[in-house]
Amino acid sequence: MRRLGPLSYIFHTIFVIFILAPLAVVVLVSFTSKGYLSMPTDGLSLRWFKAIWDAPEFIEAFWFSVCLAFVSASAATLIAVPAALALARMTFHGRAAISSFLLSPMLIPHLVLGVAFLQFYSRLGMGGTSVGLTAAHIVVIMPYAVRLSLASITGLPRDAEQAALTLGASRFTVFRRITLPLILPGVAGGWLLAFISSFDELTMSVFVAAPATQTLPVKMYNHIVETIDPLSASVSTVTIVITFVVMLLLDRLYGIDKIFIGKS
Amino acid sequence: MKRINATPYLLTAPGVLFFSALLGAPMVMTLLLSLHSYDYTLGIQDDWTLANYLDVFTDSYFYVIFGRTLGLSLLVTVLCILIGAPEAYILSRMRNPWRSIFLLVVLGPLLVSVVVRTLGWAILFGGNGLLAKTTAALGLGEVSLMYTMTGMTVALVHVLVPFMVIPVWASLQKMDPQSEDAALTLGASPFTVIRRITLPQITPGILSGSIICFALTAAAFATPSIIGGRRMKVVATMIYDEYKNTLNWPMGATLAALLLFANIVIITSANRLVERRFAKVFE
Amino acid sequence: MTFLRLEDLTKRFGEFTAVENVDLSIERGEFVSLLGPSGCGKTTTLQMIAGLQEPTAGRIVLGGTDITRLPPNKRGLGIVFQSYALFPHMDATGNVAFGLEMKGIGRSERQERARAALKLVKLDHLADRFPKEMSGGQRQRVALARALVIEPPVLLLDEPLSNLDAKLREEMRIELRLLQQEIGVTTILVTHDQEEALSMSDRVVVMEDGRIAQIAAPLELYERPRDLFVSDFVGKTNLLEARVLSAGERGSVVGIEGHQIDLPGTDLGKLDKVTLSLRPEKLVMSDAADGVEAKVLAAIFLGANWLYRVQTPIGELFVTQPNSGRPGFSNGDKTWLSWPDGAVNIFSAEGRFDETH
Ligand SMILES: Nc1ncnc2c1ncn2[C@@H]1O[C@H](COP(=O)(O)OP(=O)(O)OP(=O)(O)O)[C@@H](O)[C@H]1O
Ligand SMILES: [Mg+2]
Repeated sequence: MRRLGPLSYIFHTIFVIFILAPLAVVVLVSFTSKGYLSMPTDGLSLRWFKAIWDAPEFIEAFWFSVCLAFVSASAATLIAVPAALALARMTFHGRAAISSFLLSPMLIPHLVLGVAFLQFYSRLGMGGTSVGLTAAHIVVIMPYAVRLSLASITGLPRDAEQAALTLGASRFTVFRRITLPLILPGVAGGWLLAFISSFDELTMSVFVAAPATQTLPVKMYNHIVETIDPLSASVSTVTIVITFVVMLLLDRLYGIDKIFIGKS
Repeated sequence: MKRINATPYLLTAPGVLFFSALLGAPMVMTLLLSLHSYDYTLGIQDDWTLANYLDVFTDSYFYVIFGRTLGLSLLVTVLCILIGAPEAYILSRMRNPWRSIFLLVVLGPLLVSVVVRTLGWAILFGGNGLLAKTTAALGLGEVSLMYTMTGMTVALVHVLVPFMVIPVWASLQKMDPQSEDAALTLGASPFTVIRRITLPQITPGILSGSIICFALTAAAFATPSIIGGRRMKVVATMIYDEYKNTLNWPMGATLAALLLFANIVIITSANRLVERRFAKVFE
Repeated sequence: MTFLRLEDLTKRFGEFTAVENVDLSIERGEFVSLLGPSGCGKTTTLQMIAGLQEPTAGRIVLGGTDITRLPPNKRGLGIVFQSYALFPHMDATGNVAFGLEMKGIGRSERQERARAALKLVKLDHLADRFPKEMSGGQRQRVALARALVIEPPVLLLDEPLSNLDAKLREEMRIELRLLQQEIGVTTILVTHDQEEALSMSDRVVVMEDGRIAQIAAPLELYERPRDLFVSDFVGKTNLLEARVLSAGERGSVVGIEGHQIDLPGTDLGKLDKVTLSLRPEKLVMSDAADGVEAKVLAAIFLGANWLYRVQTPIGELFVTQPNSGRPGFSNGDKTWLSWPDGAVNIFSAEGRFDETH
């Protein structure tokens, strides 16, 4: 294996700075004591973190996003796992078509999905409802749940299940005692990815959400478009910290490369 | 005669039914909406017409914005290749634990909301941001990249470069590192090894990364909206304005339909190209 | 005349020493094997010769020039990697022609010589195939052609046969050896398969924990291993711990588990304890009461031979007997076991015990 030259390390250093710079700036700015955007030159102040507490709409939006992501990720997983089982394990007419159909939201820009839902829900008279928002999120995140379930089922050797069958287990018992425990890590990974995608979704939600059903990204976007103040930075810092903790957890549990890159 | 087994249909039924109602219906409705005309006083009309499409294809205002979106997508994609592919290569050559740590650093931001990442650039680029202070100190005056193409490009490259690193990394994992050693011992210089041995083997990864970067830039909304604002409109922000500000939904639907169409054509044809070109060489 | 010389070659990875003071001289046209258990430093040695690993200490001299610090792309050696390391995006011809292209040889000559090299390895009919479309054995030959076509002064082979199935492996051993003799290229083969090393090489270098344990021609290595490690690693053997009961000019007597064994013609001198090594095929089983009593515990038919595990007063032993076409011994059979004088290799703590001791 070739060693890396000094040029590579210089490139790598610049790249890492480029990746981390905007996040670092957000975190730094949020500690300012001034009333406007500035670097915390005179010591770290928690003024703008207290401001989050005083303006509870961000906290409400956060909890709304958490609930929305939890419900839609769970629903998407419940729909995706049986479908993935059929797609991975059985041959039937229309299999390819159904599989592309269930993965198709990946081909459609979220913006297009957003305007489509906007019109659809206003026609049905359920514009801006949380039910509508949840359904829209399920559609957007379904491909992730399907893909990761498919990957874990396809990678599963069949001999353990066949062994269980020869030992006298019924098909349902085989699924419950053998298949399900084996695919659970993959399914859980798909759920997590779906949860995160839902939690971070902005482009579609901007069209579907009403003031009463604003997710955290939508709330932050609307705030930033009006004014970029230290409050937007402190809210962002909190989400960065939460993301960082989740990421470390994910890395411990699965390995970050496996989640993003698949097998290896 | 073979009996048709109902199980797979029952298993996929929830997904198919759900998608038909909540994906099929809205999409069809949007396509139909683009065939109605709009009157600024009377609202959406009941007629059937291709007028919206004709408008888009004849008005230079749309040309500029579509051209800008295309140019931005190409530029961002090329930059993502130029910095993402080498970084993936460097990462794959690192020893653990550094490799895992930096992989986390490079991929981690994917989990942070786009709004937050764009906010960082907006702060850096803004009136009294770090960039303006630096250029002022250098005697170049206060440079602001807010509402510029450059600003949008930098921020979008930042948002999308992980999507280049991932597939290139994956194809590097599949590569036998000894094939580089083999080329070296056959007399190739290190540069020739990269050009003739490594690069061709990671080309599928670069191509699939490019498809993703291109498609995601073309449809990106948050970053162009915050950094580009009203002054640097792209297709996505234009559609948003049609729906939320001018309320000309049929025109918005037309633009959305065109964006979707371009997206699907580009992705599927690029995918087919990749498959045809490399089927023989790589599994 | 020495063609390739390794002088005190050493490689350390941090604290760990992978190769230590390897000294080896190889003649032009010679076929030398590096043989040893996994992790003993064979690949590392080969990679240092190729220039893919930098030695911590020592020198590599090829044809009178010191090449120790020369980069791998300036050495011009031919290497076949264990994984073959073919270029997946080039067809067989492209793979073979790559080295010629790097030498700046023109297109038509390149094609011609690549084709000739493929013909040499009997693969000219698959010149347009990509590696993915070939079997393991075919890939292995492309790798060989790619290494040979640049007419390297030394050919380096890192376990080139280990990915092949047993039958193909045996065929390729013979083919590779014939080919090497035909073109006369100096060759170093790395292997952990002692049969492969014995059957192909002019000389075998046995390595243990980064050091050279013995360098010898195959027959010499097998018949007169220098220490217990070599004796045990090269070929099958029965090792028996023995106490020296008496020793003199005419011969010695040793005791194993309370049983006495005569060693005529060997003077063990002042030695107290020794280990005897008895090759299974040197033992003779017969019904005539000669040697030690033996009871058959297990009989395994191998085709050309029978392999027996027998119980004797000196311990359990493995015995190989040629298949004469008649049924062999069965479990529980009682028989006698003997061996000719000089079939026993004797080792003391310092190594092999010889007349020269
Ligand atoms: N880059 C490295 N860093 C640290 N240790 C290494 C490195 N390369 C090899 N080693 C160690 O050096 C020793 C010798 O390795 P080498 O690959 O030469 O063994 P080998 O004899 O070829 O074994 P095998 O038959 O399994 O291929 C091993 O213990 C290995 O773990
Ligand atoms: Mg090895």
